[in-house]
Amino acid sequence: MDNILELKDLHVSFDTFSGEVQAVRGVNLELKKGETLAIVGESGSGKSVTSKTIMGLIPKPPGKIKNGEILFEGKDLLKFSNKEMQRVRGKEISMIFQDPMTALNPTMKVGKQIMEGLIKHQNMSKSDAKKRAIELLELVGIPNPDARVDQYPHEFSGGMRQRVVIAIALACNPKVLIADEPTTALDVTIQAQILDLMKDLQDKTGTAIVLITHDLGVVANLAQKVAVMYGGKVVETGTVDEIFYNPKHPYTWGLLSSMPKLHDHSNKLLAIPGSPPDLSDPPKGCPFAARCPHAMKVCVDHMPGYFELSETQKSACWLVDERAPKVNPPETIGVRGE
Amino acid sequence: MMKMPNNDITNDMFLPADIDTTQSEKISRQSLSFWKDARKRLAKNKGAMISLVIIIFIVIISLIGPHMNNYGAYKQNLHLVNLPAKIPVLEKISFLPFNGTEHGVDIYEQRHIKQNFWFGTDDLGRDLWTRTWKGTQISLLIAVIAALADLVIGVAYGGISAYYGKHVDNVMQRIVEVLSGIPNLVLIILLILVLQPGLLTITIAIVSTGWISMSRIVRGQMLRLKSEEYVYASQTLGASNSRIIFKHLVPNTSGQIIINTMFSVPSAIFFEAFLSFIGLGIRDPQASLGSLINRAYGVFQIHPSQVLFPSIVICLLLICFNILGDGLRDAFDPKLRK
Amino acid sequence: MSNKEKLLEVKNLKKHFPVGRNLSLKAVDGVDFDIYKGEILGLVGESGCGKSTTGRTIIRLYNATDGSVKFANKEITGKKSKKELKELNRRMQMIFQDPYASLNPRMTVKDIIAEGIDIHGLAKSSKERNERVYELLETVGLNREHANRYPHEFSGGQRQRIGIARALAVEPDFIIADEPISALDVSIQAQVVNLLQELQQEHGLTYLFIAHDLSMVKHISDRVGVMYLGNMAELAPSDELYDNPLHPYTQALLSAIPVPDPEIERTRERIILEGDVPSPIDPPSGCRFRTRCPMAMEICAIVRPKWHEAREGHWVACHLHNEEANETKED
Repeated sequence: MDNILELKDLHVSFDTFSGEVQAVRGVNLELKKGETLAIVGESGSGKSVTSKTIMGLIPKPPGKIKNGEILFEGKDLLKFSNKEMQRVRGKEISMIFQDPMTALNPTMKVGKQIMEGLIKHQNMSKSDAKKRAIELLELVGIPNPDARVDQYPHEFSGGMRQRVVIAIALACNPKVLIADEPTTALDVTIQAQILDLMKDLQDKTGTAIVLITHDLGVVANLAQKVAVMYGGKVVETGTVDEIFYNPKHPYTWGLLSSMPKLHDHSNKLLAIPGSPPDLSDPPKGCPFAARCPHAMKVCVDHMPGYFELSETQKSACWLVDERAPKVNPPETIGVRGE
Repeated sequence: MMKMPNNDITNDMFLPADIDTTQSEKISRQSLSFWKDARKRLAKNKGAMISLVIIIFIVIISLIGPHMNNYGAYKQNLHLVNLPAKIPVLEKISFLPFNGTEHGVDIYEQRHIKQNFWFGTDDLGRDLWTRTWKGTQISLLIAVIAALADLVIGVAYGGISAYYGKHVDNVMQRIVEVLSGIPNLVLIILLILVLQPGLLTITIAIVSTGWISMSRIVRGQMLRLKSEEYVYASQTLGASNSRIIFKHLVPNTSGQIIINTMFSVPSAIFFEAFLSFIGLGIRDPQASLGSLINRAYGVFQIHPSQVLFPSIVICLLLICFNILGDGLRDAFDPKLRK
Repeated sequence: MSNKEKLLEVKNLKKHFPVGRNLSLKAVDGVDFDIYKGEILGLVGESGCGKSTTGRTIIRLYNATDGSVKFANKEITGKKSKKELKELNRRMQMIFQDPYASLNPRMTVKDIIAEGIDIHGLAKSSKERNERVYELLETVGLNREHANRYPHEFSGGQRQRIGIARALAVEPDFIIADEPISALDVSIQAQVVNLLQELQQEHGLTYLFIAHDLSMVKHISDRVGVMYLGNMAELAPSDELYDNPLHPYTQALLSAIPVPDPEIERTRERIILEGDVPSPIDPPSGCRFRTRCPMAMEICAIVRPKWHEAREGHWVACHLHNEEANETKED
């Protein structure tokens, strides 16, 4: 099996005052070794919950995993005990969080925070761990690592902190790195630095990356495969080229055409009307039907299955069915390059 | 093109559906104002509701209790000293302490007493039922005074300090620091040098310092709210100071104010009981829960029932106010839960 | 553009916040620009560059430390009479960044939108007030059933539209939109941007559109100003700025934006800036950008570059594009 990580029919819910919120409703994903998979979606689409579930970071209660499997190298992580999960976390799978300002412990030296995982997971001696920590800081492009290793997080700027967070995540050579909106809290020029760094590191270490983001620009920059999530479901998956140049799901069309292009002079953005569905009472059929300009009667009551469009591309949309009327994507879709 | 194998799906379902895209703007949930929402949440909290009922019950009985017999709170009768509790019907239930026996001996029979003293009598032959509820009245009065001091002085002080800021804030906060630096007990002892120990002295002590924590909370809240965007929005619309204070700042602090009042009530009740217990508060012949416990404590090993009833009442009051306060906090600020 | 009427003139605007003893945070440190009637001026920059402070100082949420702001040819900084302020508050409005923090959670949508109507006495009866609120709700794509609900019942995009309706209630001429879309999802961003554009055309509004997302700013604005560390780096018509950026910072910013197009992303050469933005408490001497500028020269550390019109309508503050500076270099 060459899938290092595989999600099968994952369902995650949360109990709230206003009833059960079904945040993830049957997600299937595959991640191969050394590959970058981007999960794209808006807030409430279930992308962050999916990533936290993989890491075993869903608080239970109120959260509960109702169904599904998370296969890491063929073993189901959901069946792991807390102790076993602790061994996986940080060593085999690690995570980069959105906000570098809160992801580091302010009262602990940066070097110590990197060493923690090394000492715990790899039984390194203190001095070896420190050597490795300095190496890691150098690897993530922090100048003068010998001195920086003994500094506290507040002495680092936002971009530098995110580098430290990445260094901690990479400390034990994890096989899978989950990056939850790694650049959202950063400025554009810093974001460019971090994206560059992540690409560079992946070339060097061969870690598989799950990138959670809402920014299609970041996806185009970093990912090889894309899964588009909406209303707790994956509505379309494929390679970046398939998703950006030949998308089949109207939601993907909407996402792509609601972003302005720098070289584009057209006057109006193609906005998706309305708001995302309320997942405490999810729609019976396709979650996007209520906002879809091409919705058919079948969409309202029947959730479409996955239509395999190519070896890599799958779309959950009735429009792909041969009985559906032919609909052309918006003009801006499929234009390559300039 | 492909076909989804599913017999339920018929060709005519692939006609465009009439979906009103404005539908997704609809809000299906019932509209709830902040207060209604809080009330609903509070009503769901069983502990808080039970506490509320007990508090109301204690309030009612403390008002009518002293009038349910005609022994009077101050009437001494040396023939009737140190009687255990006896209640006509409940005396048949063996595990309740209402059968007029002490150490296995029926004192009423032994001393040929025909009347029933529901909570027994003290070492001067005064009816403890009447005295307990008189004492409860004092505790509740203290509760009301503490709440009023919080609401009037605390809210106004904190509000003014935060809203006018700068030098006003500076001076007012230094005053608070000085006040809170003086231990309450020292203040009371100094007051007693000038005044008689009694209700007035306790009131002065509570009124002079009890509002400090409230003023701090209100100040903190207002400082935070002052830089909220909706306050800015109101300013850019040209709102006057009074409009901002009464339409925006006060309503958004009200939850915190109520919660804090609820928590300051039991501590004031306890403070009074404590002062009366060590002899700095209510003096004989007036009764307070603290002074009753103090008096009974001397004969605790011989006549345990004399300590029992005032202790139960004070415990119930403290526990119920605390649970109610907790419930109110959850109701007003569900974010603090979790 | 030059024959158009100026609605807002900002000259050498400064806003310093005191921090501790003798120190001040120079959030805005000498900014000049004009906004013409009926145009959308975009203001971009990274966090801490002073773009939001500029907006808030113009609308008098902060008192300007120095400089002048003229609105419709009248000076609006400094002490003003109550009447003048009221007039100003009616003609100039603001849309805020955070749709969750910009609406009072204890008020109904109706009261939120009607706040301006109440303050300025724009409705004679409660019936007129209601009608006006319903009309505004429909203008921003909501309906009258929403009027009696509370903000927490709405999604981010809907809340932002309520904020827009509140600003429109007093029928302003000029709206400052302070990062109105940065807290929203992509598909909702487009809704709000389209709405703002429609409103501008229908009501002949003028906007100052503040954001950090250069592609969105470029899309909506007629002209774009780029700020860096309290200073204006470059200001030009949006196509000109994109096709022909003069300031090295603008060039870096443009090249740093990831484009939703994998093919471009694969082949693109980026100018990656080293390091982070310096602290505005102790900014670098001379040109603020020199510490990260790939083309910094000696003069950049000594002389603050002049804000000048390098081409028609294209303003820049950079020694590379200053005639005099270039001459000295060639010598």
